Amino acid sequence: MQFEAPNLIPVAPEMFILGLACLVLVVDLFLDDGQRIFTYALTQLGLLFAIFLTLSVGQSEAQVIFDGSYIRDGMSDVLKVSVYIVTMAAFVYAKEYLKEHGLFKGEYYVLGLFAVLGMMVMISSQSFLTAYLGLELLSLSLYALVAFDRDSKTGSEAAMKYFVLGAIASGMLLYGISMIYGATGAINFETVSTALAGTGMENTVLVFGLVFVVIGLAFKLGAVPFHMWMPDVYHGAPTPVAQFIGSAPKIAAFALAMRLLVDGMMPLHSDWQQMLIILAILSMALGNVIAVAQTNIKRMLAYSTISHVGFIMMGILAGTSEGYSASMFYAIIYAFTSLGAFGIIILLSKKGFEAEHLDDYKGLHERSPWFAAMMMLFMFSMAGVPPTVGFWAKLFVLDAVVSVDLTWVALVGVFFSIIGAFYYIRIIKLMYFDKPINTQPLVANMDTRLTLSINGIMMIALGFFPATLIAVCVKAIGS
Amino acid sequence: MIALSDYLILGAILFSLSVAGIFLNRKNIIIILMCVELMLLAVNMNFVAFSRFLDDSAGQVFVFFILTVAAAEAAIGLAILVVLFRNRRTINVADLDTLKG
Repeated sequence: MQFEAPNLIPVAPEMFILGLACLVLVVDLFLDDGQRIFTYALTQLGLLFAIFLTLSVGQSEAQVIFDGSYIRDGMSDVLKVSVYIVTMAAFVYAKEYLKEHGLFKGEYYVLGLFAVLGMMVMISSQSFLTAYLGLELLSLSLYALVAFDRDSKTGSEAAMKYFVLGAIASGMLLYGISMIYGATGAINFETVSTALAGTGMENTVLVFGLVFVVIGLAFKLGAVPFHMWMPDVYHGAPTPVAQFIGSAPKIAAFALAMRLLVDGMMPLHSDWQQMLIILAILSMALGNVIAVAQTNIKRMLAYSTISHVGFIMMGILAGTSEGYSASMFYAIIYAFTSLGAFGIIILLSKKGFEAEHLDDYKGLHERSPWFAAMMMLFMFSMAGVPPTVGFWAKLFVLDAVVSVDLTWVALVGVFFSIIGAFYYIRIIKLMYFDKPINTQPLVANMDTRLTLSINGIMMIALGFFPATLIAVCVKAIGS
Repeated sequence: MIALSDYLILGAILFSLSVAGIFLNRKNIIIILMCVELMLLAVNMNFVAFSRFLDDSAGQVFVFFILTVAAAEAAIGLAILVVLFRNRRTINVADLDTLKG
């Protein structure tokens, strides 16, 4: 038997993040509460270095390592870098909130880094085993993060609900994987894909497997009818955790869907396309309609996430590289928009006060014209109003769906986006045309202000120059 | 000789039992945690059976990973349960109703 040392260069960023998480865990032990800022700085510097590391090991052609169970390609590089940037921004927003609520602990960053590692493994997975392990590493870190405020009644309830539904989702996914393994005799996506091309859908075991995998995936993405956990988790979790869950993992979930369905089961495209059409339409319909009835902004954003997940699925179901890149663009843009919207909630929240009711946003323009404008950009971007980038994201996805002759799906998507515009624009109305209840001016640290401003300006800047990012996505999918 | 289909039926029955246990149970969260574990074990049954009949070891390797992850998952689940009980003084499923809308 010959032993070959694997080429570890492509996984250097993963090893670095793992080392960083362990280092942060140990360093934090030797710091007292006043010195937690070092933990924070170490995490941020580490993530910054990870960006450079990922870009420097990145090449144009894909590299498959670990006996075909791990891949580094253009898509994984772009998505990983987006995950680092989103996570860094989420940590910047979280810092003040955590300090004020007595949650500024090293564990937050350790769990965050492990979640990032999980996302990286998901993004680069090339076999069912790596996909599952990455998914679990992400999920387990997120369960713990939701329960991070351990004296919070709503936090622990949300964590329990998230845990139970997440565990069911993993069970469903695994059951599906076991069936596919039985039908094809392999867990590598490439081998599975080749085997499926030969057999097609005659095998009943395979039908079962596909259905269960799609259900598990829909649970993790939060698509209707498997969305029950999302509003409760967003509502119950501490706001920075909700922000983190609502942003970076969406990028990873997109990657997981791409790896499982496109890399692993492309020969069954016509079968999973039908399932995704149903899930996407239900998500867009239910998400947008129920969001209108919400008075809690975190719940509203949760339902809005559900509807955006519908759009992300719409790009994937098109089954063309145009659709994949549109979907990838959508996932990245959505992550940044959601990050910013939650950033405003965190900015308005103070010790003992959560700005989670819609009424708390009344007259924000009088309190801080600049941040009201930023919130307006985030809301317009989510609603898909030009010239913000959200418009282009929706346009690219719709274009991809129309070009595969599924015009009716695109029309349904547009119809429900119009309903969705109502609740986004309602917030803008509250901010600009109502009298403030609380007239205190906003106070925030320089780093929060700066990140929030960059995040907001990004919405409009990318709206004017969408070609920069879409070109990156097209190139990433093509390689 | 026990046929592959028998193992798959057993796996399916265990899986259905665990899903039914999660959705029908209205009393105790610990039962839900047990059902989650049962669900993973049903999957393991499938993997081992397929692995044996396909004469391929990948399925058994997968089982080891699932067992490890299941242990980690149980640890986190019980930790959340302890936090929940400390905050609410109950682990009754029907009492988890503060978040809705």
